[in-house]
Amino acid sequence: MALDTATHTEVHDHHHDEDLWSGGKQPFKASYGKLMMWYFLLSDAFTFAGFLIAYGALRFSVPTWPVPDFVFSTFPGGYENKPLFFVTFMTFVLLASSYTMVRGVQEGHRENKNGVIKWMFYTIIGGLMFLGCQAWEWNMLIGQEGMSVLTNPFSSHAEAGRYATDDDLKGAGLEKQTVDVHGAKATYYLQPGDLDIPENRYFVKHDHHGHSKAGEAVEADDPYLITYNHSTHLYEHSGVVTADGKLSKETFGPKAFGALFFFITGFHGFHVFSGVVFLIVILINVASGLYVERRNGYEMVEKIGLYWHFVDLVWVFVFLVFYLL
Amino acid sequence: MTNVSTPIQYDEEKLIKEQGFDDHFHDHHHGDKYKSNFITTYIFSQDHKMIAKQFLITGIFWAIIGAAMSIIFRLQLGFPEESMAWLKPILGKWITINDAGIGTLAPEFYYALVTMHGTILVFFVLTAGLSGTFSNLLIPLQVGARDMASPFLNMLSYWFFFLAGLVMFISLFLSTGPFSGGWTAYPPLSALPQASSGSGAGMTLWIVSLVLFVVSVLLGGINYVTTVLNLRTKGMTMWRLPLTIWAFFVTAILGILSFPVLASAFFLVMCDRGLGTSFFISEIFIGGQALDNVGGSPILYQHLFWFLGHPEVYIIILPAMGLVSEVLSVHARKPIFGYKAMVFSILAIAFLSFIVWAHHMFMSGVNPFISNFFVIFTLIIAVPSAVKVFNWITTLYGGNIRFNSAMLFAIGFVSLFISGGLTGIFLGNSAIDIQMHDTYFVVAHFHIVMGIAAFFGMFAGIYNWYPKMFGTFMNETLGRIHFWGTMIGAYAIFWPMHYLGMAGVPRRYYRFDNFDAFSHFADSNKFITIAAIIVFALQILFVINFFYSIKNGKKMTTKNPWGANTLEWTTPIDAGHGNWPGNIPAVHRWAYDYGKDGHEFIPQIVPMREGEKDGGDH
Repeated sequence: MALDTATHTEVHDHHHDEDLWSGGKQPFKASYGKLMMWYFLLSDAFTFAGFLIAYGALRFSVPTWPVPDFVFSTFPGGYENKPLFFVTFMTFVLLASSYTMVRGVQEGHRENKNGVIKWMFYTIIGGLMFLGCQAWEWNMLIGQEGMSVLTNPFSSHAEAGRYATDDDLKGAGLEKQTVDVHGAKATYYLQPGDLDIPENRYFVKHDHHGHSKAGEAVEADDPYLITYNHSTHLYEHSGVVTADGKLSKETFGPKAFGALFFFITGFHGFHVFSGVVFLIVILINVASGLYVERRNGYEMVEKIGLYWHFVDLVWVFVFLVFYLL
Repeated sequence: MTNVSTPIQYDEEKLIKEQGFDDHFHDHHHGDKYKSNFITTYIFSQDHKMIAKQFLITGIFWAIIGAAMSIIFRLQLGFPEESMAWLKPILGKWITINDAGIGTLAPEFYYALVTMHGTILVFFVLTAGLSGTFSNLLIPLQVGARDMASPFLNMLSYWFFFLAGLVMFISLFLSTGPFSGGWTAYPPLSALPQASSGSGAGMTLWIVSLVLFVVSVLLGGINYVTTVLNLRTKGMTMWRLPLTIWAFFVTAILGILSFPVLASAFFLVMCDRGLGTSFFISEIFIGGQALDNVGGSPILYQHLFWFLGHPEVYIIILPAMGLVSEVLSVHARKPIFGYKAMVFSILAIAFLSFIVWAHHMFMSGVNPFISNFFVIFTLIIAVPSAVKVFNWITTLYGGNIRFNSAMLFAIGFVSLFISGGLTGIFLGNSAIDIQMHDTYFVVAHFHIVMGIAAFFGMFAGIYNWYPKMFGTFMNETLGRIHFWGTMIGAYAIFWPMHYLGMAGVPRRYYRFDNFDAFSHFADSNKFITIAAIIVFALQILFVINFFYSIKNGKKMTTKNPWGANTLEWTTPIDAGHGNWPGNIPAVHRWAYDYGKDGHEFIPQIVPMREGEKDGGDH
């Protein structure tokens, strides 16, 4: 039905020398559908801007922030200490899908149905790969490293020193406790008189493969991850002996990090997911020959293309604030 | 003004046929082109004219509910000692009756009433009911289009609004009551479900409702902007658009840019409520219990909210300004004074509206140096606003004014906009705001300048375009009674509130009779309440007039009863979907050739004579 209202603008578009704004024409030489997509994207940009501003406000209201090179340093296959390798791959996949999208739109302008199908298919694969990567990354952060919307185990040491050993902790007068938690043994140290709650417990540092790191030196501003013990379901707040011999321990990083990370990357991921769904629907329409008879250069493909590029562009900003800054 | 009056001779049908352009509207469709049945005509209609009526009637429904709520809380403020037992059948458990038979309004429900009154009026009535109605009705008609760019999304826009209303309506009947933390929904009352009785299920429904509402505004706004840009008829340059269209166009842009930010804030609030995150909540005790939340910022919410909230007041007032500009010009039989200045002031107001939001937050602890920035831009808004007021008055000056209901409300709008606007200059100063903030001075200011004034713009629009909507006229005598009663009554309600506010009487309080400092305002509060009841009764009169006249009003016999220039008056009286039965008319001149060259009016479809200059393009 909408087409009825749009066609008259095309019928009278012969006088290219006349002012495009004189009425009866499309001043931006774009159909109403494309314009509506642009304005939708503009509004969506403001939604993301709202989130990123919230991110900035909350991040700069706390003195420290997790170090991205440390937080995002795992790679599938058990690799660690590979800072940003995986997210670089994800970003490459998403940007590559923007390229394939451009090719799809181009083939649409050439009214080449099979070309459109091929390149849209690659774009969908790219989108699905990105979502898969995001799922793996979330799984690592939540399942392995114990990050959640409520807890952020990533932080940085305030002072130089070393991870406390069994002797250090006993020497500081702490009492060693071994308790049965969910069928597994947890060993930790407690200041005499302190309530036995997770926040008051001191552990000897292990990484989450179980390797002891007791006695290892730490520098000020070194990032750390509070070990999440999967058999006891406990965060192990390791004791640290500072250079002047005082005992301190690893504390949680700013809470907002986890909430912002999962919310904003999740909101972006939802956009990618919706994009993939729309791409699939439009791909089916393309394959069915629906757009052949319209003879408008596969404009629907171009419109979803605009959306897809926008989602990629937003990722660049999300990537910037969470992974680079 | 010189005595105008040879009516211009033109043959409308011939002009449209010969000058207009043929989009083959009839070639493909014989008879009912849209194959409409009852459901597609009246319910899931895609005709912008029907959607306009749907927005208007839904808006009227909400206006009655919102206003009735204000009457209940005004009764509480004006007559705190009187028994409210008679309201027990409507309000149920929110009225408690003691042994002596005296009924008392539950304080938490008082807050819910205040909150709902604000939410309903701001969003459902003055955004959807005003901009939704008239953008829908007038944009396609006045730019010369068959319908909106996407009639389907336009239909969805209404139904998302309807759904938003439905969810909000359900929230009124919750056993814990609707949301009661103020229409601005500041955390922590909005972010912690346990913060108050309305913060639980009431707030959940409130926020769901408003997210649906944002969807409605975006679907509508994207459509309006695209229609104005792409579907203007031949010859309809931007400088020939009636000011109504300029106003709706800019309003829609404001909506597209500001409502998404409100949605961001709402999504974050939802996380705080549902997932226990701390975006907007910091260390806090509730009921003696310390919560885990840490590190969030309630002020951040206020920034995000008011980034919408301030443009929102222009989303409300700009359509009213557009309607008033058109009505004033038509019924003063004079061109609008300073057409381009009017357009540029709309644009200037719209731009400035995005950089003044923190003037709502002077007392929230924002840096005073940053406040300065917001003070200055706030005060600069007075300039384009004053340009508009000046142009309205000069449009009236020397006109052959028809004092009909539409015109009276348009003039009333100008009066209210001046009175309410002036107090805005006081409040925009952060120093004076220390005394004035959150008092009845603020209440008086925004009710006059964007509440009542916007209503007046809406009434002017309704009385003026009612024949276009329903083919009949509203009763003129009742209309004038409605105007004079509302005009005097509105000032009677809000003028005294300035004095209360200057004395520091805070808004949103349940009762004042136990504050010594404010006890001498008891009579003022009584007076305000009585005035409010009278004004409310007059609005019921309007509603009766509105619905009665649909069937029984004086029939429209000519296409162009007001002698107006714009295109909507060239459509048939009972225009179907598609607006013009044949060609779409082409436009040859601006919309304001009134009293030109001895002609009372020259419609936009009349070609320019040799050597004639177009009013819009100079």
